Amino acid sequence: MTDSIKTSSTKKNPNYISASESRKISSENRRITDALEKKYNRKHVPESEYLTTMKDPNNTVEFDDLHTYFFTDIGTVRAVDGVSFAVPQGKTVGIVGESGCGKSVTSLSLMQLVQRPQGQIVRGQIRFNLGDKAYDIAKMPGNMMEKIRGNEVSMIFQEPMTSLNPVFRIGDQINEVIMLHYPEKSEAEVRDHSLHMLDLVGIANPEGIYMRYPHELSGGMRQRVMIAMAIACDPKLVIADEPTTALDVTIQAQILDLFRNLKEKINSSIMLITHDLGVIAEMADFVVVMYAGRIVEKGTANEIFLHPAHPYTVGLMASKPVVNRKVDRLYSIPGSVPSPIHMPDYCYFRDRCDRRFDMCNGPYPAEFQLSDTHKVSCYHYRDGAASNRALHNNGFEILN
Amino acid sequence: MTKYLLKRFLYSIFIVVFGSLLVYSVLRLLPTSYFEKIALERAQAPGAPSYAEILSSLNKIYGMDTDIVSGFIKWGKNAIQGDFGVSWEYSIPVVEKFKQVIWYSIFLNIVTLLIQTFISIPLGVLAARKQYSKTDYFVTFVSIVCISMPTFFLATILKYIFSVKLGWFDLFGIVGRYYEQLDIWGKILDMAKHLVLPVTTLAMLNIGGLMRFTRTNMLEVLNADYIRTARAKGLSENVVINKHAFRNTMIPLVTYFSYLIPNMFTGSFITETLFQIPGIGYISYYALIHGDIPFAMFYSVLIIILTQVSLLVADFMYAVVDPRVRID
Ligand SMILES: Nc1ncnc2c1ncn2[C@@H]1O[C@H](COP(=O)(O)OP(=O)(O)O)[C@@H](O)[C@H]1O
Ligand code: SF4
Ligand SMILES: [Mg+2]
Repeated sequence: MTDSIKTSSTKKNPNYISASESRKISSENRRITDALEKKYNRKHVPESEYLTTMKDPNNTVEFDDLHTYFFTDIGTVRAVDGVSFAVPQGKTVGIVGESGCGKSVTSLSLMQLVQRPQGQIVRGQIRFNLGDKAYDIAKMPGNMMEKIRGNEVSMIFQEPMTSLNPVFRIGDQINEVIMLHYPEKSEAEVRDHSLHMLDLVGIANPEGIYMRYPHELSGGMRQRVMIAMAIACDPKLVIADEPTTALDVTIQAQILDLFRNLKEKINSSIMLITHDLGVIAEMADFVVVMYAGRIVEKGTANEIFLHPAHPYTVGLMASKPVVNRKVDRLYSIPGSVPSPIHMPDYCYFRDRCDRRFDMCNGPYPAEFQLSDTHKVSCYHYRDGAASNRALHNNGFEILN
Repeated sequence: MTKYLLKRFLYSIFIVVFGSLLVYSVLRLLPTSYFEKIALERAQAPGAPSYAEILSSLNKIYGMDTDIVSGFIKWGKNAIQGDFGVSWEYSIPVVEKFKQVIWYSIFLNIVTLLIQTFISIPLGVLAARKQYSKTDYFVTFVSIVCISMPTFFLATILKYIFSVKLGWFDLFGIVGRYYEQLDIWGKILDMAKHLVLPVTTLAMLNIGGLMRFTRTNMLEVLNADYIRTARAKGLSENVVINKHAFRNTMIPLVTYFSYLIPNMFTGSFITETLFQIPGIGYISYYALIHGDIPFAMFYSVLIIILTQVSLLVADFMYAVVDPRVRID
């Protein structure tokens, strides 16, 4: 037994680790996370510590080289590994990528809701624009973050069935967030506000639903309630993490309609995470494509949909379900993603890429600029590789 | 609702009848009986009738000359009218004896319940909040020690340390030697002092389990999506835990507590015996080992009925704490 463990570890098979290795990792993890937790749990932190300035004051949030890791017993999972993008005020940014690529962790980092203590932001900034000032959320202590969450930035989760507390009435759950962030409101005002919110998200009988318990509502209704809660305090940014994935197709369409409507009615920026490229095409102003914890391509919706550059993005577009053509799996690009614990230092997409060439064996490709807004991490678009770039900018359809 | 109650009631009756028949049969079939012992004693007196004669006359007097089923029916007829007969061991009506001793057990159990609840629930919650921290390991260690300790062993250790070595408490009994001479406060204090070790024993036995139970439930609840939602609202960690998580942790705890109801009235067999607290557990123990059928029957039926009641209470409490549960 001991022997076999030894051999497997000496062979450095990444799928096995010995008990002693695991112990070593976990005590090392404990050391790292304890220090970070201590910092996060401090009570009185001078504002200057997390005060920052936006690069562009027109942005609501700027992710800058964000690294969020999970310190697990089998090693450090680099769930988000150097992500930079911005969400401009009043705009919608769509985030796409296969499951496990770090979309949720990116948005949870912004909420400071990554699973503690193992999940930690280890590097980078998340600059959040509060209008008169900007905070770096990555550095904010827990007690200050509570004033931002639910108030300036809120989140709608993927699982409406389980996201509402089963033992409290719908009305009380919405009231709670309003009372928390508008303590000056009277009880009656809070109630009116909640009812108005229920009405706003298209619930026909707000008074009735107000008194109901979550289990008495369908998934679609519950998601509407979640949305009502998320927009109740008029946040600067709403994150919707696959808000329709868990719902029936017909209900999905209704919820998406609601989003489109709300986009006009509220002046929040939206971060929309979804598998549904059709929705992104329709709603998003900007698109970010993630792969294995990194951004491989980002640009305006037009740029990404009309001129996809990265082979992965191209693959995504190709696997997008088209009317009358049933696709079993959305992303049917063959091959698998490298283990997030042992990331190689070459293009993460290399083993699945049909356009790889000799340069792809080099280090992870830097971000190359195709236009002011359009950026891609692929050697085909390296500076000076004129032919490809020219071709691309002329609307070269790689698909054909 | 009415249908549920009716169903439950019929079901309970069935269990009570067959449960007591089972107990009655076992008691009757025991290889030694109360009367055999008495007859043996009396037969030794000079000029006494023979053992067999005495035994058969005793059996006749106390209605033990019938077969099991008709004996049970006779017992049942009286029991339904609240007449459980006279205890053979204590020579007073069974119900009378019960009324005398039950308060010790109730008191012992309520104090224990309060203490164990106020120790184990906060500690269980704390351990869950700080999973894998030193606090968590400490709580887990204490739980496992408490769970693994047999009553007699724990009681003996406590007696050895606090009675024999330190001399703080008496070894057993509910009152001290000078109890009668004390004033009212002195009497209360004296009794309280005698309850310290039994309560500690009982509490320690339960704390481990309750702590782990709370910790496990809390951990499960803390991983729930609605806790993330509560945090996403900007609620402070204390509100998240004490309002959103605790209410949900209560759901399984309520059943746990409902099952403690029978305990309250059936006493603690082993602990009461070890400390010679004259509660219902201790008294029943002696009734049982001496083959006191009326008392043993009363005690067993009481346990069976209370268990049925606690199941009903658990169902009701479930519906109280969890809006998803409806009784019907
Ligand atoms: N609590 C956690 N502990 C360890 N690893 C995690 C945890 N949550 C997420 N991860 C890892 O982070 C990566 C990104 O996950 P996620 O952001 O949820 O993906 P998605 O893009 O599907 O939302 C995954 O590889 C996942 O295994
Ligand atoms: S860098 Fe090479 S392997 Fe990576 S996506 Fe571009 S062509 Fe494919
Ligand atoms: Mg996700």
